[in-house]
Parts: sequence; C-alpha cells; structure tokens
Amino acid sequence: MPALEFAQKIKAKFGDLISEPAEFRGEITIQLGDAERIVEVCEFARRELDFNYLVDISSVDNYGEDPRWTVVYHLRGLAHGGELRLKTSVSEEKSELPSVTTVWKTANWHEREIYDMMGIRFRGHPDLRRILMWEGYPYFPLRKDFPLAGKSTDVPGVAFTKPAPLEGGPFVTAPGGKDAIEREPHVRNPEGPSS
Amino acid sequence: MQTQSEIGYDSKIEGDMIVTRVDAALNWFRKNSIWPMPMGLACCAIELMAAGASRFDISRFGSEVMRFSPRQSDCMIVAGTVTYKMAGAVKRIYDQMPEPKWVIAMGACASTGGMYRSYSVLQGVDNIIPVDVYVSGCPPRPEALLDALMKLQNKISKEPVLGRLTAVTAVKS
Amino acid sequence: MTDVRKTEFHEPAARAAQAAEELQDVQGERMVLNMGPSHPATHGVLRIVLELDGEVITKADPDVGYLHRGDEKIAENMTYTQFIPYTDRLDYLAPLANNVAYALAVEKLLGIEKDLPPRCQYIRVMCAELARISSHLLGIGAFAMDLGAVTVFLLTFNEREKIYNLAEAISGARFTTTYTRIGGVMRDLPPGWTEQCRKFCNEVIPVLNEVETLLTRNRIWVDRLRNLAVISKEESIDYGLSGPNLRGSGIEWDLRKAQPYLCYKDLEFDIPIGSIGDCYDRYLVRMEEMRQSVHILYQCLDKIPGGADNKSNEPVNVADGKIVLPPKQKVMTKMEELIHQFMLVTEGVNCPPGEIYFGHENPKGELGFYINSRGGGTPYRLKIRAPSFVNLSIISKIFPGCLVSDTVAILGSLDFVMGECDR
Repeated sequence: MPALEFAQKIKAKFGDLISEPAEFRGEITIQLGDAERIVEVCEFARRELDFNYLVDISSVDNYGEDPRWTVVYHLRGLAHGGELRLKTSVSEEKSELPSVTTVWKTANWHEREIYDMMGIRFRGHPDLRRILMWEGYPYFPLRKDFPLAGKSTDVPGVAFTKPAPLEGGPFVTAPGGKDAIEREPHVRNPEGPSS
Repeated sequence: MQTQSEIGYDSKIEGDMIVTRVDAALNWFRKNSIWPMPMGLACCAIELMAAGASRFDISRFGSEVMRFSPRQSDCMIVAGTVTYKMAGAVKRIYDQMPEPKWVIAMGACASTGGMYRSYSVLQGVDNIIPVDVYVSGCPPRPEALLDALMKLQNKISKEPVLGRLTAVTAVKS
Repeated sequence: MTDVRKTEFHEPAARAAQAAEELQDVQGERMVLNMGPSHPATHGVLRIVLELDGEVITKADPDVGYLHRGDEKIAENMTYTQFIPYTDRLDYLAPLANNVAYALAVEKLLGIEKDLPPRCQYIRVMCAELARISSHLLGIGAFAMDLGAVTVFLLTFNEREKIYNLAEAISGARFTTTYTRIGGVMRDLPPGWTEQCRKFCNEVIPVLNEVETLLTRNRIWVDRLRNLAVISKEESIDYGLSGPNLRGSGIEWDLRKAQPYLCYKDLEFDIPIGSIGDCYDRYLVRMEEMRQSVHILYQCLDKIPGGADNKSNEPVNVADGKIVLPPKQKVMTKMEELIHQFMLVTEGVNCPPGEIYFGHENPKGELGFYINSRGGGTPYRLKIRAPSFVNLSIISKIFPGCLVSDTVAILGSLDFVMGECDR
C-alpha cells in the first residue's frame, strides 16, 4: 500500500531516527526517536512526499511511564490519498519540542490546544497561549493526575472554578483500574477513584 | 365595585371599562409581553430557535422579540451549558438587564450542570444568577419551554408590584 | 438653491469630528471592538477581538473555549457506549452524523467495520445524509437570517421539523438521538418510516428550489457575498479546512469518495466543487450538497436490504455477543447471554490495545476520532478532531481587509458550531 512505501522512504532518509513502520487496522505508524528533529521529518514529508494536509496533532499522557508525553501527528496527502501517523515522545522534565507551524499553518491552533490541555510547550510557536481555558488558569486539565471534577481556582475578574460534585452523578469508570471491581462504572466520590 | 377576581367588568354599568387593581393590570401587561434575552449557548439554543420558528410559535405568547440586547429584555433564557469561562459574561449581561427581570434555566445543563460533571462546567446557572423557572430535558422540547413560559406567566401574575416599592430617602448633600 | 451656511458647533462632542481632522496623532488610532461571546450572529459562543481602522478590520483574534465542557477527559472515564450521548452534543445540528462517526471509529478499532450487516449500513447512511440536510438547512437559514433574509430561516426550519419527526420516530428524541451503538444501531426502522422519509424527500426539493429563487440570483445576496473572503486552494489545504469550506475553494476531497466507508461505494452521487473559494461559492456548495443528499436518500430507500419493513428479518447488529447486547429473552434464560450482558454493561466493549484514527465526512467537515486504547472498555485517550475548530483558525487570516459588516457574512459562510469547536 502506498502509505507503507512513504513510511519506508522516510525511514530510508532518516535511518535510525525512525522506527520500523507498524501496521494496525490498515494504518501505518512510525515513531521518531528524537523529538527535536520533528520539523525536519515533517518538512521532508511535506516537500518530497507531498503530505500537504495535517489532519490532527494529538497528545497522550503516559502517566507513570517515562517519557511521559507522546505527541501524535496525522499526515495526509490529498493528491495521493495516503495517510501516515508520526509519533514522538517527550520526557516530562523537558516538556518541550519544536513547533511545526512553519510546515503547516493549521498546526498553530492544534499546538495551542495541546499546550492548554497537557502543558507541552512548542518552541517557535508564534503565539503560544491558552485557547480553551482562560489565561491564568493554573492547571493542565487533560493530564492523568488532574481529577475529572476539577480543582478550585480563582482568577479574579476572569473566572473561578469549583470541583464538580460527582457523588450521585454519572456512573464513571476508573480508566486503567486494577480489576473489574474498580473498573465497573459506579458513582464515585470526588476524593479518588477507589472509593 | 366588589369583585372576587382581579378584573371586574360589567358592561351594563360601566360600558367598555375594566375595574381592577393596579398590581393586576401591571402584571397582566408584563406577563403577556415577556421579551426574552436568549442566552443561547449550546444545543438547547437550537430548541429555543425551534420554539421561535413557525411550528411552536413563541410569538403566541408575545415573546418573539428575541433581541440580543439586555437593556430591552425582560427574561433571560439560559439555554445550554454554562462553562466557568462563560459565567462572567452571563453574570454581566444579567446585571445589565433592567428590573423587573426573570430567568428561565432551560435544559439540564443550565439547571444543574447536566451530564457534564467536569472541571470546566458551572454546575447550574443558579450559582451566579437567581433562577425563576427550571426546565428539565436534554434538550427540552419546545413545548416544554412554552410550558415554562406559562409557569413564568403565572408567577408574574402573582407578584405584588406596588408592595415592593420602598420609600426613597433624601440624599444628604 | 439655498446657500450653505457654515455652522459653528459649541458642544465638544459635535466638534470631535472636526478635531479628528485637525489632530494628526489621533487619526492613526485603531479601535478595538469586542464581538463578544453573546452575539446574535456568531452562531454560538464565539468571541472575536477585532481591531478596526474606521470600518476596515486590521486584525482579528478569535477567542474560543466558552463552551469547553471537557468531553475528552470525560471520555477517559466512561465506557465506549456511555460516551455516545456526548458525541450527539458535539455538532448539535447533525447529531445522527456524529453518532455514526463515533460508532464507526470504535468499530474500526475493534476491526469489525467490514462485518456490519448491509441493512445497518444503509440505515446509517440514511441517518448521516438526513443529518447533512438538517445541518445545511440550518446553516443556510441562520446565514440568511443574519444577512436580513428572515423568510429563509422560517422556511428551512419548517423542513427541519420534518427531519426532527423522522429522528423522533427512529430513536425517540428530536435531536440528540444517540441512535447508533457499537456494532449496529439501537433498533430497526419503525414501520412506515421509509414512506415518511420518501415523503420528506419529495417535499424538501420544492423548498430548496424556493430558497434558491429567494437567494441565489438575488442582487443583494450576490453583492454581499461575491468575492468576499476568498480562500485560495493552497491556503485551504495549509489551514486544514475540510468539508464544504475546502470544496468551495476548489479542492476535490470528500471522504465519502476518497476513503469510502459504509455502503457509499454502491451509491451514485456527485460532489459539488466551488471555483474561487469566496462566500458565495461555499453557499452554492452547501445548496448542491443538500440536493445530492436527497439523491442518495432516494437510492437508499430503493436499495435497502430487507425493504421497508424488513420482512426477511435482516439483522441490524453484528452478531457477536461480546460487542452487541444480546436479546432480552435470551438474557433471562441462557447463561452465556447473561454473562455477555453483564460484561458489556459493567465493563464495556473489550477493545484490543492499539490506536486508530477515523475521519468521517460530517456536514461541517471532517470529524475525526483518534482513539488510543490500552485494552479494556474505556479509551486511554480519545481525541476529537473537530472540523469547526480547524475551520475557525482561518479567521485571523481572512478577516483583515474586510468591513465590519462582512464579518457576519463570513462567519455564516464558514458554518461552524461551537459545541464541536470547543468540545
């Protein structure tokens, strides 16, 4: 399939930096070893392999593992229709990688959202500020150690938050819970999942 | 003329004249022309628009004037999820409405936060403004909104208007 | 002819205009105007901070997030089936399409998207196309109302009420249907639904013709929209636009044709493409897409396996007890079905570890779900690639140079929805 050839071309150009292409459900994923070289790889993908459409950038919080952050880029070429997933990892101490806004302009807002939700900074981003939460909000909500109910904050003149009452609320599960008893969706108290 | 009801009317004696209390008359004027300030935030706004469209005509109740100007409206219909980011704007717009004003919290999200028990959703708009009528549903049917409007009309008709006026004290100069 | 008298004004406010001509340093000042979150023409809670030089916009900075409800975090705490109602409320103008998109994404993760029974696929296609008509009707209705043509709003809402009747018959709720499930749909079509749908298709075409008569060749409409906010081909690809916005700029990309899913391969339809990418093109693309959707609906109604009332008892769900809830009669009497029911409700559909991305052609653009699963019944990370979020990022590029009154036209032509943008 053409996506595999593109992945192999990238591997041929960058060598050990790129992992072997993995395939799952018809999609090809390649991992980039060093997050600092992401702009080079993306530029190669755009200029040489005609991946001119950046579909999405996501971030995953591997809580408890190191490196903690995984940033996932979904590339697509409209002319040839091939799709590719490019993943790279960033450790928690660093929490920073170069921005790809010079390659695709749509990365601007995606990276702002990742900064807002996860706290990963993008070096070279023209305007890195919060986009979904307000300026001055002290936490990064999508991290695994941030509770669903939220924490109390107060930015006077802008917004305040209070933790949402989860008791009597929707039946939520504990993601990645140890056993079936913990994973069963039931009412949880806001103190923690294991109650 | 002694009468049990609010409005006394006897065409043989007075002709085309109605005798009533000032309170009742003021309430009658107010409840039949409630101009809503639609705070349409999310999905309930679409049902609010459907209530204003031709099938569930909200104009029957005198409320088709959905101007987005708080200075000219009587009732704020909070339709949709109020997030903490939006809460400041909702409060500011509520403060800009002149008295008498009422609030209808339309939908589950506006009443109690709905199914969004999360870090960014205000759990009920009654945390920041006083609500008169809560409408349940996700989203409530337009008929439910019209029912809420009728309940609000009942509430308005019972308000003691003149009894609420307080004496104006002289300003010390 | 009277002679014009030169009037001297005494009030400072009246002399301000003269003063502006005299004072050079005041002339270059830009005014910052807040097009606030509560605004009749922003189609939801969008705040745009405009910097104006007279009537001309010099800078525009959209501020989103006023409807951020934390869907992605909620998804990490819910099973896959529990999350379906939240997908309704993403693009709340076309909830059936969101349901179909999410169900297809989870089925791709499970690897069963090719095993869906054909009747289920046709039902889902009909739902998605009805949602497309519904969303475009509202998009054009609200667009026209903002520009002053209020009649179009009432006409399109009338047709949407018919779609609401269809959705209510099929699922119980007018919109926010929560109709699809992992591995199938909630229940089969009720009797008489296909006749109702056919009647709706017959009635919507004259209404579309009437809207065209009112708007398409209307002098005011064309003058307001022609050559406004032209998005070139390179810009639209660079900014990641999708859906009618991308096709309005001339790019031929429709996920139903490029990466066909469900039974779109068996259906004949065209994709309207614009020529220059201005607001008028996007409006025309949406009008034509509605007609194509009606064409698809006619074909589905004719071709649906099992016919209108499913006399041959075609299944609508995948026949796997580990994915779809078994029928209640068996649950109460047989052990295996009882166990399946228990596991599905308490733990959710057990998905293999892995990650997928699935993009669906929603009326607003490409709605994508990136699911990163580590096994079990809840996703480890669910990212929703919202078309409206990406479409809004182009505002800071196309607003500068337009007049203030053009903002309404541009926002209407982009047709975004804040529930999807902010999630």
